[in-house]
Amino acid sequence: MYLQQRPEDIPPRLSSRVPIRIAVLGAVLAAALAMILFRLWSLQVLSGDHYRALARDNGIREIRVQAPRGEILDRNGRVLVSNRTMLALELVPSELPDDRATRRRELALLERVARIPHPVLRRKLREAPRYTGYPVVLRQGITRGMLFYLLENQARFPGVRVQRRYVRRYPRGSAAAHVLGIVGQVSPAQLERPGFAGLAPGDVIGQSALEYSYDRHLRGVPGDRRFRVDALGRPRQQLRSRAAEPGDTLRLTLDSALQATGEEALRSRGLPGAFVAMDPRTGAVLAIGSYPAYDPSFYTRPHTRADYRALEQREGDPLVNRAAQGGYPTGSSFKPITATAALEEGLIEPGTIFNDTGSLDIGGIVVHNAGGAANGPVDMSDALMVSSDVYFYDLGLRARARGRHGQIQDWARRFGLGERPGIDVPGASPGLIPTPAWRNRVYRKGSNPYIDRPWTQGDNVNLAIGQGDVMVTPLQLARAYAAIANGGDLVMPHLADRVIDARGKVVERIRPAPRRHLPISRQTRSTVLDGMRRAAMEPGGTSYSVFGGFPVQVAGKTGTAERGEGVPDQSWYGAIAPFENPRIVVVATVERGGFGAESAAPIAAQILEEYFALEETGGTGNEAEGGEPE
Amino acid sequence: MEAGSRPLTIAPRRSLLARLGLSELDGVMLAAAAGLVAFGVFALATVGRHEFPDQPLYFAARQGLYGAAGIAAMLLLARFDYRRLRDIRVMVYAAMIAAIAVVLVGGAAVRGSQRWIELPLLRIQPSEFAKLLLVVSLGALAFERVRRPHGLRRTLALLALGLGPAALVLLQPDLGTAVVLAVVAVTVLYVAGIPWQHFAAIGLAGLALTGGALALGPAVGLDPLRGYQEDRLTAFLHPSDDPADASYQVSQALIAAGSGEVTGRGGAATQSELLFLPERHTDFAFAAIGERFGFLGAGFVLFLYAVLFWRALRVMRSAGSHYGTIVAGGILAMLGFQAILNMGMNLGLTPVTGIPLPLVSYGGSSVLATLLALGVLQSIHAQSRL
Repeated sequence: MYLQQRPEDIPPRLSSRVPIRIAVLGAVLAAALAMILFRLWSLQVLSGDHYRALARDNGIREIRVQAPRGEILDRNGRVLVSNRTMLALELVPSELPDDRATRRRELALLERVARIPHPVLRRKLREAPRYTGYPVVLRQGITRGMLFYLLENQARFPGVRVQRRYVRRYPRGSAAAHVLGIVGQVSPAQLERPGFAGLAPGDVIGQSALEYSYDRHLRGVPGDRRFRVDALGRPRQQLRSRAAEPGDTLRLTLDSALQATGEEALRSRGLPGAFVAMDPRTGAVLAIGSYPAYDPSFYTRPHTRADYRALEQREGDPLVNRAAQGGYPTGSSFKPITATAALEEGLIEPGTIFNDTGSLDIGGIVVHNAGGAANGPVDMSDALMVSSDVYFYDLGLRARARGRHGQIQDWARRFGLGERPGIDVPGASPGLIPTPAWRNRVYRKGSNPYIDRPWTQGDNVNLAIGQGDVMVTPLQLARAYAAIANGGDLVMPHLADRVIDARGKVVERIRPAPRRHLPISRQTRSTVLDGMRRAAMEPGGTSYSVFGGFPVQVAGKTGTAERGEGVPDQSWYGAIAPFENPRIVVVATVERGGFGAESAAPIAAQILEEYFALEETGGTGNEAEGGEPE
Repeated sequence: MEAGSRPLTIAPRRSLLARLGLSELDGVMLAAAAGLVAFGVFALATVGRHEFPDQPLYFAARQGLYGAAGIAAMLLLARFDYRRLRDIRVMVYAAMIAAIAVVLVGGAAVRGSQRWIELPLLRIQPSEFAKLLLVVSLGALAFERVRRPHGLRRTLALLALGLGPAALVLLQPDLGTAVVLAVVAVTVLYVAGIPWQHFAAIGLAGLALTGGALALGPAVGLDPLRGYQEDRLTAFLHPSDDPADASYQVSQALIAAGSGEVTGRGGAATQSELLFLPERHTDFAFAAIGERFGFLGAGFVLFLYAVLFWRALRVMRSAGSHYGTIVAGGILAMLGFQAILNMGMNLGLTPVTGIPLPLVSYGGSSVLATLLALGVLQSIHAQSRL
């Protein structure tokens, strides 16, 4: 032992001190080792499962997988809207570095890598919603080189990601654009609404028309892929994932061939207008169009607010769906409604002869037939055939109108005019049926003596021939004509026929029941319909020039609506065919198109021609249940 | 029997160890050291495989080489009489100062601080060797002075000699090594027998000085600690999940060590496999071992250190000279303080200072210097038994 040894080189007074100091050193070390051991025990044995759980959750990333949106097909299974995929470069502003200099450096590098001009990036960031997690699409369709660079340098680009995105594809261009609608990122305001539960920022939903109405079906369910990533964010192991469920397919009642015919016929006029073709028995819309139209793929390409504003303000308001949103006076196309009202209200008998002298004195003001013609003695059928204004002026003069009601007004409302048509796209206009109460409320005060006057019977006279304040959309008129055609059912117009899931199973059939049944007698219906048939098919009829010799018996009514001093009239035409057993109603209108027979009737004729040609070849087999989407 | 036959004399059979002059070795200490090196190499072979994907055994192979060279050097040094170091104490001290100064002047910067000297073929971290050189030279200087009666002034002179290298290293800046050097210097003086009253007085003064510097320095615009040093020193007090924060390392180390539970996670050790644990092969090797091999593995490392410390204490007590005791004490302090600081840092007990775990953490200079120190320890042991 040390003490016994007493080495010669240790001074005596140190010899007792050193062993104690060695012991102290040993004690300190032992205590420290004991602390480490205790800590190890506490970490690994006592709370090991806690840390095991933390380790398991470390570096799990969830990537939302966009579901492919359902396709939209026409009634024969032809594709109207499908999807294409592309890689989109996205930036989540809320995940950018907080430090200004670091952020600026990252963005500058990103501009170089992705070749985004500095002003573009700045503008996108400025316009981006200031919500956590909201992605801004910087660039759609990036190159492989960019993709690999970004993936390899993920650590240098916090907040930047590349995502496969589905983009709508419109193989038929602008066809039916107004009713197909567009898709877009769900907005922050929408996310807060209960109907949008389960959506995340950046998800794409239908934002207008059918895309909006049937979004629930078309949307599908986004999946998620879970990865374990390493500390540098590189995926290392794929974990349990949920596949995206594609959206259901929406099959429409539209016939794309008929649609194309209608659009081409309308476009060839070169004037704003609209058309509707509908099955009067079911309300199934066969074709519906509005001119000018727009190309919906505009929204799938990068565009700025300025681009959008330019589109919105382009000549002719291309974004407006005139078929459902354009309310106009209909001119004489309104007469079948006046006729039904007059016959049902007992204002006149079908056979009553009225002498049309070409003009009529209505309390001091003398009104004339259009063109100043005198038709002589006419009954109801004749009056419809030749479109005698004077005959209907007289009915208007004699029809009662008080407060909110009137004999013509009430019937117009039964025909669905002045109310929303109930079609399955949003935004359809209710139009307007003027009543004394309405006029007195709107026009009582003011300065312009021409319009600033209370209701007079003259307003009723105007309404009888579809002029003045009345506002009807082409869709509403088609619905009213359908009620005449089918004997009184006010059908619910609809564009969707059925929803089919990914396995081809029909999830839902859209078969809306008629809104109401109109008490139209058999005699009234046949009188009105026959007058319309004669207008189209017999010499002297207002549209004989167009429909004379048409292989199918057509009942049709022209309309020429005044649009004010110095503006050409608006041309209208409504047709029901075949006369004996109506299967189609067509309404067409052309703004500034002149007489009804001049521009609207030829459009209707072309649509009918195509319809019956298709029917012949079996192309538009009405309830063709077969032919599920390919 | 034949007349001419000579009686059989039994010549003492000399073992291989004896013939190599190694019979006086402390086998237990050698086993503990070799065990630590071997376990470190084994851990590196499993943990450090993701740095260079084409060379999964890069660290393990190199560390094995360093370990083998170090053990050879240790055995050589064990045959050498450590007492001769006393005679060249001034030269040793000067060499140490020179090594540190060379780094300061022309060293290579790693993560913002200069710790390396680039030589053809290898990089040397002189501060690792400086620890051992300080023990040997300061021990000798102290031993010379303590033999004669001495006062506070002599103590102060020794202290200046002892803390000078620490101050120089602090300029690199390498706070961790500076603290190790200071602790080693103080321990050497403590074992040398400086009266405790001197320690108390100097300790109080030092405490006041440090406190004053930390409190007043920022007020006059001089920050005694660099930002990251301050972060690291305080981070262990408030671990968080922010990867930009110094405490991220501590959080990840805790998750790694804790998740190992009793038997370890083996190949499923995600913290080290997926690189969440930083510096897996160097500073945070202990946490990586804890994750992979659990309480049993980490406890084994702890056990080997305990054995090493026990044998070092035994050498201190049985040393043939007071100088031997002083040097053994310094080496024990150097090993023990580094090991405890590193393991504490891995377990969130002590600040993150960048001090390696002796013999286990990857690093040639550290392994070599530590094994050389153990060689000196073996020499003291051997000399005491002659």
